[in-house]
Amino acid sequence: MSIIKVENLKRNFQVGAEVVRALRGISFEINQGEFVSIMGTSGSGKSTLLNILGCLDSPSEGEYYIDDIPVSHRTKDELSLIRNRKIGFVFQSYNLLPRTSALDNVELPLLYNRNVSSSERRERAFEAIRMVGLEERMYHVPNQLSGGQQQRVAIARALVTDPVIILADEATGNLDTRTSYEIMTLFQELNAKGKTIGFVTHEPDIARFTSRTIMLRDGHIIKDETVTPVSARQMLDALPKSTDY
Amino acid sequence: MNLYNLFHIAIVALLRNKTRAILTMLGVIIGISSVIAMLSLGQSSSESIRNEVSGMGTNLIMVMRQWRRPGVNTGNTNVETLVYSDCQAIRRHAKYVDYVSPYVSSGGQLVRGNNNWPTTINGVEPCYLEIRKYKLSAGTFFTDEQVAKYAKVCIIGQTIVENLFPNGENPIGKEIRFNKTPFKVIGVIEEKGENQMGQDQDDIVIAPFTTIQRRILAIDYVHMIYASAKSEEVAERATDEIEEILRVEHHIQPYQENDFDVRTQSEMLDMMTSITGFLTVLLAAIASISLIVGGIGIMNIMYVTVTERTKEIGLRMAIGARGKDIMMQFLAESTILSLIGGVIGVLFGILISYVVTAVIDWPFVISTSAVIASFLVCAATGIFFGWYPAKKAANLDPINALRYE
Repeated sequence: MSIIKVENLKRNFQVGAEVVRALRGISFEINQGEFVSIMGTSGSGKSTLLNILGCLDSPSEGEYYIDDIPVSHRTKDELSLIRNRKIGFVFQSYNLLPRTSALDNVELPLLYNRNVSSSERRERAFEAIRMVGLEERMYHVPNQLSGGQQQRVAIARALVTDPVIILADEATGNLDTRTSYEIMTLFQELNAKGKTIGFVTHEPDIARFTSRTIMLRDGHIIKDETVTPVSARQMLDALPKSTDY
Repeated sequence: MNLYNLFHIAIVALLRNKTRAILTMLGVIIGISSVIAMLSLGQSSSESIRNEVSGMGTNLIMVMRQWRRPGVNTGNTNVETLVYSDCQAIRRHAKYVDYVSPYVSSGGQLVRGNNNWPTTINGVEPCYLEIRKYKLSAGTFFTDEQVAKYAKVCIIGQTIVENLFPNGENPIGKEIRFNKTPFKVIGVIEEKGENQMGQDQDDIVIAPFTTIQRRILAIDYVHMIYASAKSEEVAERATDEIEEILRVEHHIQPYQENDFDVRTQSEMLDMMTSITGFLTVLLAAIASISLIVGGIGIMNIMYVTVTERTKEIGLRMAIGARGKDIMMQFLAESTILSLIGGVIGVLFGILISYVVTAVIDWPFVISTSAVIASFLVCAATGIFFGWYPAKKAANLDPINALRYE
């Protein structure tokens, strides 16, 4: 079942007198349960694509369906609603609210959903925190948590709304290798539970943990291949135990 | 987003930076507390004047000459229009008047041995005691007979006793001099203390009307006429009556204006309370400037906050907050700040006026309308000064806001 369907997507930016064509006609589908990495060098259009997939931006041309809802021509408020119900974001720099407990951070998206009561909100936040394995630290504030733990909180925040897709933007970009592998292990576990994940990265090392890679260059898809992912758990176990402290 | 979530979000956001929230509130606290303190102190002073004046008797009527003569305005002439026969006419014809006394006064020095004291001596008739509700603590008042004989006797207040008889002598029967004229003290007036305007009510010397008018001043007119209405209810009718009698006495034609002025205590009261009322409004207006400054403080902080929290705003938008939700959040934050500041300010203002009224012994009055008005002003301040920063936050583009460093 296709969750994301993109048809001939184009995005142009007016920069002074020049028109920059960041996306030049892109089409693909992402099915339920896929773990897709979107790769490309800087300037390839992957950020623009992510913004459109994340309903933060609208395409200049073409059609985009998320969960069979066309979203190309929507008002800002409609896009907000779609983001709230259909999409979970994970950012490179975590973007947690400072001085706010992990649990409260995870609850945040549900505060913008009036159909969720406060008791349900709390329960779902607990559940999401449990899924990322941070029960022990859920009352800690971000600066009492390591980078990897903060990213786990951010992942829990993305999970809490039960979105159709989790979009991660260089989610391991600020982390060391071991922690990156830990996060990718978590993503693979979530994927195994049926979560659909779109993972934007420029690191091939990270992309090999995904089951499909879409490669962008100059606004075109130059490669879209399904591969057998490497197990992040095994890679993690294979890492030498650090002895230098 | 529902209201509960909105306030939850706003309060959590404020609690993340408590020191700043408190400092921001400080402006509003100072503004509101000074407005409340000024308004309630103003009311207290009006109330205390009211109490004082009613204590003097609301049926008191004063007749004085009109400073401006009818007809051609010749400036502030010193033409005296009241004479003793006016008193007699009032006494004869007025139905609603109890007592009438002429009144003359003269400034000068009181001397007793080595001690002297500058004061004003008042010349009246015995019924003045009833009109002004004076009580004697010792001795007696002079009689009509003494008035008729131009007797050189006087009644003195406590301040005079203390200054002329510092050794605790009994002043009754002793002789004191007013300028060069010797007077025998025959009575002492009960101590009254200062009135609300700081006048010493015990700095008083009363002597027979004739003695002062003829012996001291050598004049044939009177300065004022004091009268008292039979009761407070008929005070106005008594005033009208006196006016009519005096118009006849002074041969004033219907088209001419009075050459005298009849005032009741309640008019005096209105006049004085209108002065304090004006001062109250003036002070409150000055105090409200600090409220505006406090409001600008809120705007300033909210503005800085929006810039500082750009990334947070971007995140909130990414996870589904609409521009409207962001706007409401920031408006709620500024309104909560100003309302909490307002509550603290009101309590603080009440405390200030409570302490001040307790110290200077005024009645403690809190105007409910002032408190309600302050709350409305606070809410309005929060919304008004929070609007611009909130609008700015709401208009941020989530993509740029997320990348903001």
